Amino acid sequence: MNDEPLVRIRGLSKRYARRAAGRSAAVDALAGVDLTIDRGTVVALVGQSGSGKSTLARCLAGQEEPTHGEIRFDGADVASLRGAALRAFREQVQLLFQDSAAALSPRLTATEIVSEPLEIRGLGAPAQRRGYALELMETVGLPSAVADRRPLDLSGGQRQRLAIARALAVKPRLLILDEAFAGLDAPIQAQVAALLHELRLREGLTYLCISHDLARMSVFADEVAIMFEGRIVERAAAAQLFSAPQHPHTRALVAAVPAVPPLAS
Amino acid sequence: MPGLLEVKDLAVAYDTVGGPVWAAKDLTFDVEGGEVVGLLGESGCGKSTLLLAILGLLPPSARVVKGSIRFRGRDLLERPPSELRRVRGAEIAIVFQDPALALNPVRRVGAQVAEVVRAHRDQSPGRCRDDALSTLAEVGFNPPDRVYDAYPHELSGGQRQRVVLAQALACRPALLLADEPTASLDSTTQAEVLGLLASLQARLGLAVLMASHDLGALAAVARRVLVMYAGTLVETGTPAQVFGQPLHPYTRGLSLAYPRVAMRGGVRPP
Repeated sequence: MNDEPLVRIRGLSKRYARRAAGRSAAVDALAGVDLTIDRGTVVALVGQSGSGKSTLARCLAGQEEPTHGEIRFDGADVASLRGAALRAFREQVQLLFQDSAAALSPRLTATEIVSEPLEIRGLGAPAQRRGYALELMETVGLPSAVADRRPLDLSGGQRQRLAIARALAVKPRLLILDEAFAGLDAPIQAQVAALLHELRLREGLTYLCISHDLARMSVFADEVAIMFEGRIVERAAAAQLFSAPQHPHTRALVAAVPAVPPLAS
Repeated sequence: MPGLLEVKDLAVAYDTVGGPVWAAKDLTFDVEGGEVVGLLGESGCGKSTLLLAILGLLPPSARVVKGSIRFRGRDLLERPPSELRRVRGAEIAIVFQDPALALNPVRRVGAQVAEVVRAHRDQSPGRCRDDALSTLAEVGFNPPDRVYDAYPHELSGGQRQRVVLAQALACRPALLLADEPTASLDSTTQAEVLGLLASLQARLGLAVLMASHDLGALAAVARRVLVMYAGTLVETGTPAQVFGQPLHPYTRGLSLAYPRVAMRGGVRPP
């Protein structure tokens, strides 16, 4: 273990060329982002649609090349990785999306979905892979009864658990959750959050959690970074963000959280 | 005084190969004129089916097995389709979750609002346009001329939802049904649309029946909340009662799972 943060992002920018009404115009989805994520912590990235959250996630996962700036993962400059080191990096960073029904192949069964990443990497014999998949499914609280079902026969909460099991198959160190709670009913959201919390303690995982839901993130994340127009405008522990928001946009987000009457014990 | 909407002993079933599946069982409740009522329940509990049943728009596989739906004293279940067509849009309107799906992508949004007026009022195209413009102004487009000529893709999610609200309100309905109207919007836009709903209710005396699985959204606008679970109403009360002292285990679980934060500001319940 060392003190170097797991992720260190410096001056990251991403410009998309866009043609609008015959004129070409550029959009700066990211305009100089600095972000560090310490090992074993949960950092939330909160902002409105279009603020650049998902672009940042895709750059960090290596799915999008930044225009400028540097991403260091575990001390190594991601842009310089090649061959086996690049493949290893891609295993260590896994993405989890909002719509698990769209993210999972409808043709594969639950165990096939979880063991596919191993198959792609040529790891283990089929029977071993299935055994490992069943273990992972147990880890995320999926009963063995669903082993041979396909995604569309599962509930939304079960599908999200399945997506988590698949992401865990290659033993990642960083999970990027892109609106992974949206679309789930509140109790299911809470269950998935509890599962992720437990996995974090057990497996030493680190999370970057992207959401527009400041309330949910404030109970799930250690720290919240507020993103606005391609920049991180404020970063603080959740409680502090609510009691003393600094940036006007943070204040707008805090004001948008509905007040729900407290539950009497 | 009788309520604006009175639903009594309503039972709705979907016919499946495995026999009937009950989407609503013995539902009894009412909505008074100008009242905002929240309908809380998880996905699949029958909220949307109930809203569609009120409008007489159930899919062919569903049927009302028993009960009555009285609106302004008459039972909608017993009225002919031609009368229901006059009621829908003019007296009872509905907005759905995803405004992008509710709008025609290749027509200007103003024309889509004017179309609702034209369907219900025998008046010149120019007057339909004027009515559409004034409704767009009511939902916060000032001046409304620019948005009138916009296409849906040129608008943000919140703007699209306001256009959909303008469509719903163009003919001055007494009751607005809203099915998860803020679920597809991000939090600041959600607060904007909820604030608009509350102000429309106050200004126009509109009654709203809003289905949602989001306690926060309901707490922000509803005076009374009905909790629906597996097709039945299990609990009803003010947001403070239902969320603060829930009686049913389902409601309790929901309230427990809601992430509350110590805060200043926030959308205040009415």
